[in-house]
Amino acid sequence: MAGLKELRNRIGSVKNTQKITSAMKMVAAAKLRRAQEQAEASRPYAERMERMLGSLAAANKSQAGGPKLLSGTGSDQVQLVVVATADRGLCGAFNSSIVREARRFIESKLADGKEVKILCVGRKGRDQLRRIYGNRIVATLEDVSKPRPSFEKANEIGLRLLEMLEAGEFDVATLFYARFKSAISQIVTRQQLIPFAVEEVEAEAAQASSSLVYDFEPEQEDILRQLLPRNLSVQIYRALLENAASEHGARMSAMDNATRNAGDMIKRLTQVYNRTRQAAITKELIEIISAKEAM
Amino acid sequence: MAEMVAFELVSPEELLISEDVAMVVVPGEEGDFGVLPRHAPLISSVRPGVISVYQTRQAVTERIFVAGGFAEVTPERCTVLAELAIPVDKIDRADAEQRLKDAREDLADAKDELARSLAAREIAIREAMIKASEA
Repeated sequence: MAGLKELRNRIGSVKNTQKITSAMKMVAAAKLRRAQEQAEASRPYAERMERMLGSLAAANKSQAGGPKLLSGTGSDQVQLVVVATADRGLCGAFNSSIVREARRFIESKLADGKEVKILCVGRKGRDQLRRIYGNRIVATLEDVSKPRPSFEKANEIGLRLLEMLEAGEFDVATLFYARFKSAISQIVTRQQLIPFAVEEVEAEAAQASSSLVYDFEPEQEDILRQLLPRNLSVQIYRALLENAASEHGARMSAMDNATRNAGDMIKRLTQVYNRTRQAAITKELIEIISAKEAM
Repeated sequence: MAEMVAFELVSPEELLISEDVAMVVVPGEEGDFGVLPRHAPLISSVRPGVISVYQTRQAVTERIFVAGGFAEVTPERCTVLAELAIPVDKIDRADAEQRLKDAREDLADAKDELARSLAAREIAIREAMIKASEA
């Protein structure tokens, strides 16, 4: 049986831990709200971008040999996997579940005999992937969401992908991130970035714009050529925002659990502590009484 | 009241303006164009410049600087997707000049094509910005 002093120390340290976890929970909750607002605010742009792209792509469909971003390089031999995770841990299974999905995808591609390259966005994902696919990681970007995801950062990533595409370093780019559903539920999502999958957008935009015949200024292809890289950045930006919200959500619920666990632990330890204390008192009393009787 | 154009100005970070206006003048890639109600459908890229919003036919009510983007016009609405948008009277002249200077230096040091085109773009944006703040 542990001594009274040790128990007291133990309870003290668990209490401290609890204070920290509950503070982290509050911070995560505040950040989550802000991240959600930001995600909300970015939606109109993405929606209108999609609408525009939809009508452009619909008009452009007839022509073959569109830009690489839309029609691909004609091969799928080299796969680039972009894994967006958090830079920090202590957020439950958030990072691990993204990495797990990405790994499954990578394994299936490897099994098909494809070449896989990995671009890590966020430190935690890299740490986990490095152990298995160390030599496949082409680059890691850190602190992209610090203090919060900015469009500029997303744009940088987009430009980087473009550069790599132009240099012929990959054929297909797939992005992994966690879509925010609620504070307790984040869904790991796989999205093909390059070539951009317009199909689902096209369908709804086509009926909306079928009655309209747009004029293009400058030429349609020129606009498309400008719009596609922009759209790439927007998609990445959106993913970063979703990821940030998911991260804070995951951290909030993880810290909530931790706080509750600490509470339970304190309760149990306090009980043991009191029992031990009482036992010690009883023992002392018995000793005093029996000593007296012996006299 | 005459017909209005539903004008929207959106940046990646937020929806900046959403209102009904009489006319907007957008700096298109191939020249400024005014959008009145029942304008023909048009998609155009936007160069760095100033968007003028006319609340009534006569008076300019708002002047907003945009650093390029895209505009979609239909008979009822005009949507501008801007990369960066700030009201002209909020332009920080000194900051813009500093950035212009930096960008020129970047251009001089640029090693590859991408860095060069980025710097050139930045210069175009800042020059237009300074010009807008003068007008």
